[in-house]
Amino acid sequence: MPQFGSDIFLLIANWIRGLFGANTYAADVVMDIVKFIMIYVVLVLAVMVFVMLERKVCAWMQLRVGPNRLGPRGWGQIIGDMIKLMGKEDFRPDNVDKWPWALAPMFFLGITIMVFAVLPFGRGMVPVDLDLGIFYILAISALSVLPVVTAGWASNNKYSLLGGMRSVAQMISYEIPLVFSLLGVVMITQTFKTSAIVEAQQHVWFVLLQPIGFVVYVIAAMAEINRAPFDLIEAESEFGCGYFTEYSGLRFGLFYLAEYANLFLISAVAATVFLGGWQGPFLPGWLWFAIKVLFMVFLIMWFRWTFPRFRVDQLMHFGWKVLLPLSLANIVLTGVGIYVYQLIFPGIGG
Amino acid sequence: MLNNFGAIGILLIFAIALPVILVTVPKLLAPRKYSKEKGTVYECGMETRGETWVQFKTNYFLYALVFVAFDVETVFLYPWAVQFRKLGTFAFIEMFIFIAILLVGFWYAWKEGALEWK
Repeated sequence: MPQFGSDIFLLIANWIRGLFGANTYAADVVMDIVKFIMIYVVLVLAVMVFVMLERKVCAWMQLRVGPNRLGPRGWGQIIGDMIKLMGKEDFRPDNVDKWPWALAPMFFLGITIMVFAVLPFGRGMVPVDLDLGIFYILAISALSVLPVVTAGWASNNKYSLLGGMRSVAQMISYEIPLVFSLLGVVMITQTFKTSAIVEAQQHVWFVLLQPIGFVVYVIAAMAEINRAPFDLIEAESEFGCGYFTEYSGLRFGLFYLAEYANLFLISAVAATVFLGGWQGPFLPGWLWFAIKVLFMVFLIMWFRWTFPRFRVDQLMHFGWKVLLPLSLANIVLTGVGIYVYQLIFPGIGG
Repeated sequence: MLNNFGAIGILLIFAIALPVILVTVPKLLAPRKYSKEKGTVYECGMETRGETWVQFKTNYFLYALVFVAFDVETVFLYPWAVQFRKLGTFAFIEMFIFIAILLVGFWYAWKEGALEWK
């Protein structure tokens, strides 16, 4: 086992705790606040990198140049974009339903931030290590359909309404395969705790034990966050911008931010549950985690620029008639597999 | 020792704070200029016809029914999965009977055409 005691973030955490001496309660509260500020930093930085990465990857795959003016190789572009977006007028159209319209993007981002609490960013770097980790992720992220349909309805725009309605159909269809695909891992590890799931992958990553679960998870999660090829609810060629057609300025920016934060989220969950989280040789844990997340993000962007968009009936057909039976079969297979394994090696608990 | 869900409570405040900050910033920086044309509904330059808030046909009503059945199933399956090894053979077989019953329902919904998008 490599030595992780020198991990810089843990050293900082210990130093802050040391300042409070015996007053552990105050130390806990302050540590929580520090962790949550770190969540802000990670979220904003990750989104900035991902937005830029998306444009770069897209340009690379389509043999274009991509942004290349501002800063070194165009990487300053995102800072310029952010400043521009802050200076844009946050305009409210006349006939919208005021409060739902104003609050929907804020809820969307808030829900996404909530889920970040249980992600294991590194060894001993879980902001809040809940016993119910996986369940918490699924429960909170399932709420994210509500702001989308609220925004669609409140905008008083037919495009938005269609986008919102489609989003409900899509999200309930892919919720079930998503939930079932993670069940196999829970059956193996016997815990919901994200840090314990990562610990359990010290010898073998669950992507090898649960290949079907991994594939179903990635597809269903992409549909959950409305990434192309599942971006039916904001299909530009069909109805403007879907549920955020009527938003401008930083309220639009909130949707954008939340969408890329969700991309980070599903990549991080995939890295945690299937790709071994912060397990890896030589490098510190958080760096391994970042590498795995970036790999997943790249994979999902690759899908986006490779596959054409689904049609609605194909989407529903695929979710219910392919992914759902597949994920159920995965549960049964996992159950039988563990059972046989225990019959052969009765002494081994893990 | 602070309770874990107490920390989640603190995070809730943070999760509300960031969107509020981000919405407040343009209030200070951005221009505010109303015009009637800007306030109209976006529809590729055309005038909107009729109401938007009408009774809307939800195509996925039957999907939603099947969804509820499976969602309740997950509520039962997750506690089962987390205790799977300790419960032994009995729970193992019992849960597969439970899944089988649901599969029969799923098969029936499929056969009746509830899973067709019309």
